[in-house]
Amino acid sequence: MTPIQMADVGIILPELFLAVSAMGLLMLGVFGRGRDTARTIAWGAVLVLAITAVMVMGMGGEVRVAMNGQFRTDGFTVFMKVLALLGAAAALVLSIDYFERAKIARFEYPVLVVLATLGMMLMISANSLMALYVGLELQSLALYVCASFHRDDVRSTEAGLKYFVLGALSSGMLLYGASLVYGFTGATGFDAIAAALHHGGENHGDGAHTLPSVGVVVGLVFVIAGLAFKVSAVPFHMWTPDVYEGAPTPVTALFAAAPKIAAIALFVRVLAGPFEHLVAQWQQVIVLVSIASMALGAFAAISQSSMKRLLAYSSIGHMGYALVGLAAGSQAGVTGIALYMALYLPMTAATFGILLCLRIDGQPVDRISDLAGLSRTRPGLAAALAVAMFSMAGIPPLAGFFGKLYVFLAAIEAGLTTLAVLGVLASVVGAYYYLRIIKLMYFDEPTVQFEAGQSTAVVAVISLSTAVTVLFIAMPSALIGPARLAAATLFGG
Amino acid sequence: MYAAVVFLPLLAALIAGFGNRALGDRGAQLVTSGSLILAAVLGIVVFIEVALGGQARTVEVLRWITVGSFDVSWALRFDTLSAVMIVVVTVVSACVHVYACGYMHGDPSVPRFMAYLSLFTFFMLMLVTSDNLVQMFFGWEGVGLASYLLIGFWYDRASANAAAIKAFVVNRVGDFGYALGIFGVFLLFDSVSFDAIFQAAPDKADATLSFLGMEVHALTVICLLLFIGAMGKSAQLGLHTWLPDAMEGPTPVSALIHAATMVTAGVFMVCRMSPLFELAPVALTVVTVVGAMTAIFAATVGLTQTDIKRVIAYSTCSQLGYMFFAAGVSAYGGAMFHLMTHAFFKALLFLGAGSVIHAMSGEQDMRRMGGIYRKIPYTYAMMWVGSLALAGMPFFAGFWSKDLILEAAYGAHSAHGLFAFWLGIAAAFLTAFYSWRLLFLTFHGAPRADRHTMDHVHESPLTMTVPLAVLAFGALFSGIVAYEWFVGHDRAQFWGAALFVAEGNDAIEAAHHVPTWVKLLPLIVSIAGILGAWLAYVLVPSLPGAVARALRPVYLFFLNKWYFDDLYDRLFVKPAMALGYGLWKSGDGAVIDGVGPDGVAAATRNLSRRAAALQSGYVYHYAFAMLIGVVVIVSLYLFTQGR
Repeated sequence: MTPIQMADVGIILPELFLAVSAMGLLMLGVFGRGRDTARTIAWGAVLVLAITAVMVMGMGGEVRVAMNGQFRTDGFTVFMKVLALLGAAAALVLSIDYFERAKIARFEYPVLVVLATLGMMLMISANSLMALYVGLELQSLALYVCASFHRDDVRSTEAGLKYFVLGALSSGMLLYGASLVYGFTGATGFDAIAAALHHGGENHGDGAHTLPSVGVVVGLVFVIAGLAFKVSAVPFHMWTPDVYEGAPTPVTALFAAAPKIAAIALFVRVLAGPFEHLVAQWQQVIVLVSIASMALGAFAAISQSSMKRLLAYSSIGHMGYALVGLAAGSQAGVTGIALYMALYLPMTAATFGILLCLRIDGQPVDRISDLAGLSRTRPGLAAALAVAMFSMAGIPPLAGFFGKLYVFLAAIEAGLTTLAVLGVLASVVGAYYYLRIIKLMYFDEPTVQFEAGQSTAVVAVISLSTAVTVLFIAMPSALIGPARLAAATLFGG
Repeated sequence: MYAAVVFLPLLAALIAGFGNRALGDRGAQLVTSGSLILAAVLGIVVFIEVALGGQARTVEVLRWITVGSFDVSWALRFDTLSAVMIVVVTVVSACVHVYACGYMHGDPSVPRFMAYLSLFTFFMLMLVTSDNLVQMFFGWEGVGLASYLLIGFWYDRASANAAAIKAFVVNRVGDFGYALGIFGVFLLFDSVSFDAIFQAAPDKADATLSFLGMEVHALTVICLLLFIGAMGKSAQLGLHTWLPDAMEGPTPVSALIHAATMVTAGVFMVCRMSPLFELAPVALTVVTVVGAMTAIFAATVGLTQTDIKRVIAYSTCSQLGYMFFAAGVSAYGGAMFHLMTHAFFKALLFLGAGSVIHAMSGEQDMRRMGGIYRKIPYTYAMMWVGSLALAGMPFFAGFWSKDLILEAAYGAHSAHGLFAFWLGIAAAFLTAFYSWRLLFLTFHGAPRADRHTMDHVHESPLTMTVPLAVLAFGALFSGIVAYEWFVGHDRAQFWGAALFVAEGNDAIEAAHHVPTWVKLLPLIVSIAGILGAWLAYVLVPSLPGAVARALRPVYLFFLNKWYFDDLYDRLFVKPAMALGYGLWKSGDGAVIDGVGPDGVAAATRNLSRRAAALQSGYVYHYAFAMLIGVVVIVSLYLFTQGR
């Protein structure tokens, strides 16, 4: 065990800062006195996340490896980490007002979110199977608790339990797959695995393409299963609707964005890194998973009556679209994914923010039918929700259209025309339920009365997110440029 | 000024139509009637300058279509032929506009009615002043549209809607022929402009055309196709069925569109195309025979009708037959002459009938009239003038024109000319008979209406009686004044280049040299017809019933309009409805909707239910799904690539 080098500290500084801050916030919560502790700590956590984001951006795009090759930072990790941090911060902001109204405001929640975010950052930066697992578990454990945070509510605890049991199963699969890979390649580091697989391919044949051993591929499938669980891709998605519905709405908002971003980033890192020579093997798996996710996300959402379940299926569908970019296995595809996640984040944040603003008897609105006539009772929120729904449906000129455009273009360039066509068809079906919400809001009569009053912070999140969604077309290069750079470092190195 | 005649009615229609609410009833009436009176004055000036002064001219308005050698402009052609039509259309239309102000009083949508009337007038003027076939087709279709709108004006009546659709559809058949005719003209002449066609026509006299796989005489085919269009518009035998039903429209509409102007468009068109028809003798024979058949057919049906407006409608149909066989024997001047006089006296009869209906509180059935001549003497006198003109009594307008047509038919000395002559004589007898039958049934005898109606019988207001006087003036004097211009010694100078009669075909010249008995016969049979009607409906009122019983099959045959409507219903309407219904239910509903939108939507809904049902809520189901997923993916890999 070599001691930690000072140079390493510079590279892992954001993560170190986040870890230390989490502990500091915890101490503050435990020993703090006063009624507003929870609120103070929540805003403190938001500040910490923001500072970390700035520090991450300061890392720059060059490839640097630390901790004996366990940890890697480059343009891609920076891009994804910033997105994850923004997602977590937005979810925290959305939660403050809600938890206070629900009288379950506790200082542990922000601390858990910060710890989960730390796990996400470690996931994104993981450069070996070990680091991957540690990051994943750190994130997951924190999130299991978050899901059942409303511990007096039976649905919240059920959600937490389901999430935990199935998460444990997926972790087991991931570990089993990792051990198979280790067994057949003799390495845990991503670079070493890549080298071993590349080397192995050359030894067996005459320089032509040869098949890797079945063991490695089976191991890879298990690893993919574990990762697919985290992005809730079909058929590893089953937890998603139940957990989304059961968990308190701000927690659902957290689940919908940050962990998905981290998991997709990890997915890309693993498949494009150590297993890049097995493209032919994993591509068909990803294609299958992607088609299944897009189709199920589109079809199952239609018959939902709960807004949160609908958004669960919607996020399953969105992950399917993101995986289309991964299936392409090209730099263009990864650019598409980075852009897709960057645009998915504001749409999701805006949608959940709006749901949190619409309360009936203290609870955020969940029945879709309750949104009827919203354009008359709350024209501003209705317009914002309409923008988010149009964007999710992929209607130009809103941001969501460009996310889909880039991944589909990448898929077509990679020769996956069938996948792209199926994706477009699925988005046609999906458009139905997004447009139905808009129809309800604008053409039907109001049926319920929403409580007055909304938090300024939530409104700020909604406004900012909607602005990004609407104005993306005015300055697309602001996001497409960094996404290109991010993808380039992954493939350049 | 020339363009103003045509576009004033359009302007009025737009103002009255779109300013509907702002103007109100009175405003719309003033705008449209004022414009039309102005247009009528201008129209008379145009007639004097162009027809009497001999200054034919063409006013270019806009270029319209230029595709390859196909070049069409909006241009207004003013020669004697169009000047005659302009004066007829604007004067009758102005009378009808003024009349309608009184007749339509109290109707909830007066501005719409006035706008339609003016719009019709615009289209009709467009038709008669067009410089080429395509622009004429524009006017042709436009009057069809206006006719449709006006027949169905009372759109809350099912019968009015049915009649409007019938008129439109039957006219479509004719219009199809007309359109084909235009295509044929373009094929043959590479132009649709009248000047170019008429100039090139003699060179193409022997050209042939491949039609339905046969080599046929090109001009004959073209003229027959154009004549099919004329038959539709002018309600000639075969395509006449819409005209009687069109009486569902308000009476001013019947007077303007279905008596004086639109229905004569076919006659006008044949005259306009005289340079082509003159080179297609077979087509002329067909025109003669169809015209003569229509004249006698409509007259027989007119005998048995009991609706006052339908009697006049069949009379119109019959008189149009006269005009066609006049054109068919190359007496185009005679056809136009009768067209003009007929416009006056038939509009007079219709408006008079409207006045009667107005007086009788909306009653149209002659069996429930009678004995009202003392109460409305003015209307009664007007109806007498109209009927005398129709029957061709001396010195009334019809006398000059109708006799000339019959003389021309005789003077043509051809088999079809003689055929037309004898049928025309028979029809003249019947015309006089049913005209006086109408007069006697309506005005004489014992009152057959209920007391309440009889008490309310009253003379019409001034807005209705003044137009009657104007038209009566035309019915009295238009014949004697215009005789020399249209068909007399001045005719060559009068018509100028507007009409063309081939060498040796001049039936009008021949008409002036027929035996005396031919000149007298029409008058004799007409007087006989009047006396017959007097005998049957005044002297021995039981006679008609006895005759109808004795000749029951013939009576039924006439009463049921020679069974044309039933035949068409069986042959075309029912099968078309069945086909349409079948295609709608099974074709569109079951196949296209069922498999297409509805089917896809249902399948999606079904899939959606199944997909949502996968979510059972049990953790072990979820875990099972995950494991199965891994197994499926691994096996798939092993089966496809692991080998």
